Amino acid sequence: MRYMIILSVADLIVKSNIANSQLFSSYLTSMLSKQHSGRRLFTVALTLSAGALTISRFRISSTADQIRKILFRSQFIEFDQLIEFGMAIKVGIVVVLLAVASICEAVAIFHPISESHLSAALELFSPVAGSFSSLEEAYEALRTFEVLGIEKKPDIKDDTCNSVVDTLSSMSSNSRDLYHALQVNGLLKCKTSKDALTGITSRLKDAVKDATSLLDYYHSIGGLLLIKDQSSEVDVLLKNADGILRSIKALSQSDGRWRYSANNPESSTYAAGLAFETLSGVIQLAASTIDENLIGTLKKDIVKLFDSIEKYDDGSYYFDDKHIDSSGHQGPLSATAAVVRGLTTFASTSESLNIPEDKILGLARFFLGIGVPGNSKDLYYQIDSLSHLENNRVSVPLILSIPATVLSLTSKDKFKVKVNTVLGSIAPPLSVKLMQVFSSGSKDGSVLKQELHFDPKEAIHMLDALPEGVDIGEYVFAFEIVLSDPEHKRKFATGGRTKVPVHVTGVVKVDDAKVAVLEGDIVESEKKLDLPGKNDLALSANHLQKLHLSFLLTTPFGKPFKPHQALLKLRHETGVEHIFVVENSGRHFETTLDFLGLVDKFFYLSGQYDIELTVGDAVMENSFLQPLGSIELDLPKAPEKATQPPPQAVNPYLRYGPKAEIAHIFRAPEKRPPQEVSFAFLGLVLVPFLAFLVGLLRLGVNLKNFPTSTIPAAFAILFHSGIAAVLLLYVLFWLKLDLFTTLKTLGLIGIFLMFVGHRTLSHLASASAKLKSA
Amino acid sequence: MVKPATTKDDAHALFHSLRSAYSATPTNLKIIDLYVVFAVFTALIQVAYMAIVGSFPFNSFLSGVLSCVGTAVLAVCLRIQVNKENKEFKDLPPERAFADFVLCNLVLHLVIMNFLG
Repeated sequence: MRYMIILSVADLIVKSNIANSQLFSSYLTSMLSKQHSGRRLFTVALTLSAGALTISRFRISSTADQIRKILFRSQFIEFDQLIEFGMAIKVGIVVVLLAVASICEAVAIFHPISESHLSAALELFSPVAGSFSSLEEAYEALRTFEVLGIEKKPDIKDDTCNSVVDTLSSMSSNSRDLYHALQVNGLLKCKTSKDALTGITSRLKDAVKDATSLLDYYHSIGGLLLIKDQSSEVDVLLKNADGILRSIKALSQSDGRWRYSANNPESSTYAAGLAFETLSGVIQLAASTIDENLIGTLKKDIVKLFDSIEKYDDGSYYFDDKHIDSSGHQGPLSATAAVVRGLTTFASTSESLNIPEDKILGLARFFLGIGVPGNSKDLYYQIDSLSHLENNRVSVPLILSIPATVLSLTSKDKFKVKVNTVLGSIAPPLSVKLMQVFSSGSKDGSVLKQELHFDPKEAIHMLDALPEGVDIGEYVFAFEIVLSDPEHKRKFATGGRTKVPVHVTGVVKVDDAKVAVLEGDIVESEKKLDLPGKNDLALSANHLQKLHLSFLLTTPFGKPFKPHQALLKLRHETGVEHIFVVENSGRHFETTLDFLGLVDKFFYLSGQYDIELTVGDAVMENSFLQPLGSIELDLPKAPEKATQPPPQAVNPYLRYGPKAEIAHIFRAPEKRPPQEVSFAFLGLVLVPFLAFLVGLLRLGVNLKNFPTSTIPAAFAILFHSGIAAVLLLYVLFWLKLDLFTTLKTLGLIGIFLMFVGHRTLSHLASASAKLKSA
Repeated sequence: MVKPATTKDDAHALFHSLRSAYSATPTNLKIIDLYVVFAVFTALIQVAYMAIVGSFPFNSFLSGVLSCVGTAVLAVCLRIQVNKENKEFKDLPPERAFADFVLCNLVLHLVIMNFLG
């Protein structure tokens, strides 16, 4: 279902703007027919429309939201307008998608492991500076390479082996380090001495005796099991297997999860997976046979754990840890991987584990549905779990994949189906039957029971001919896998009916296209159009006339066809655009533009309008966006209150270009009086001063009271000079000094002046008092 | 028939009496009066200038007028204090009044120079 949304959205975005849409639609079709996973195409489609969006995880929360997000990110202005006017189309699409969603939940395609996983593994697991940073990482890388069949480089091998031997011989390694070292040793087969292994065995056995937490048990039991595989001479069997089983079981919870230790209440599904792996290890290492009842209760625990399994819409099952536990493992991938490991190792030790096959298939689909993960740990989880599922003793899942979900009627493609195991190996002999074909929007499909023809050379099942009545459009094909050998039914999980979405594309014939200018109902001028070829119309109309466009669309089978877009666009010379939807009745598409009613909508703009017709659909191989020519429209003048046409979008490159230069306008200086007036008044101001001096002379001023004897005279002179100095200081202050220096100097002169003045005036006062008394 | 006293004659008589009374004032008071008249006239000329050319550097105009008016006021205070007929300031020596006059003038002119701009 996601697939169809992607196609329709990508097509909408592409078709609305690109002039050479034919090239792009053929590009898109060729891309679709190549072998890509749905995720990859999604990325490509989004890149086409809105720049790079990287998706490392997979789920889209809600499809409608995603469409809206894509639409808003679109940079094409025309496209936004298109959405406004194509409301009918949008609603139609949503209805179609909802209908499809309601038909079937599991419409998705899963592909087994492919070349892209190999290249991703080589890229993600490339060791830094020639060696891996830890033995755990080394094991993850080496295990992934082993499953995918990649050769290890000899220099990495040497480095890692050295690290392994160091860890195994060191006395300070704890059971965790030993476990990881033994894991790597198992893959690389480094040279280890028997004594070292014996020493480690005894340490690990002690660790088992003293173990309190689940991880202690896990690492030590796991280590002992690995030693058992690597060296047949060392005795690793456990004496108290029953007791160990019981103490591990004591950590289990009633809801199927496991705790990490007795005093720590946090539990997780990841821990449950580890527990089952440990338990199966104990069973394998038991020196004596274990109580059957105990094993029975453990089997019940696994089944209980499967009660908490969760499901996605496309049929994948997974386990999720809602709480992040202390070891930092979180997320569905690590939890599901742990459970798968535990389940498969437990199943290998004992028969008859009752897990329904659709759940195993669902788990396989979950891991395959990730596509190619973005980081090394996720890739390891995916590959490791799938290798466990590949040959497990419960049921081996078989994946039905479609290399190409787009069929072209014009190139007479044959529909191909592949059935493989999860790692891509050949499936047992089986036959694939096409059971039902649902066309988009209908719940009932025609019931066929067409068997696909098997080509053993390419290991592909092919549909020789498409069922009757499969015209262009979107369909859902329902397949069923039937195993040839009835014995295999128990061993393999086929998953009942698998539904896959299929697009059938073809060339849509455009017939009988014509454009006419109508006066009332009478045809004034009519021209035939060659669609989808080139056309160059030159029409003219006034506001009393109508423009009529009509054409027929037929599918390759001769049935009527309604495309996503059938739009007529009129674009004025100033850039103002108007878009109209071309309605249809059956095969016949027509639209009539009555200019009398549209005068207001066109903002009363007369002039030349370019006409463009767009007809497009995801399944139409010859979608087109054709300029048809131009029409000269003569509209009446705009009345006073007419709305203005919307401002055209500014060229974004101009927006950030250099702006007009701003010249700073200085404040106009105040009007000053002409200089002569100022000088005249300067003279005039001095006149009263002169008059004052003259008046003083007239009054008969004299300096008789000036002291004559030396010291008082000196003081008097100093007094007057002091005052003169202060006045001079003021003049300097006005001319150039600042207040601070002035005040400083004034202070100094003032002190001097006060002293001098006091002496002088007191002398004068005493002189006048003497005169008075005398 | 006696001629009725016209206002013109009254004005003349008033003016003459004022003039003769004024000439009796001591000289130092006359100097101070002359100084006050000088200051007021300078202020009036500045106001006339402003009226003609507009008050653009208003602070300068204000400081000019204020200096004239301020110094006139201080001179009037000096005259009051120095006048021997003024009973209120009998004990104040005139030199002291003059020292105050000088000090206040200096402070006034500092402010004026600062405000002149």
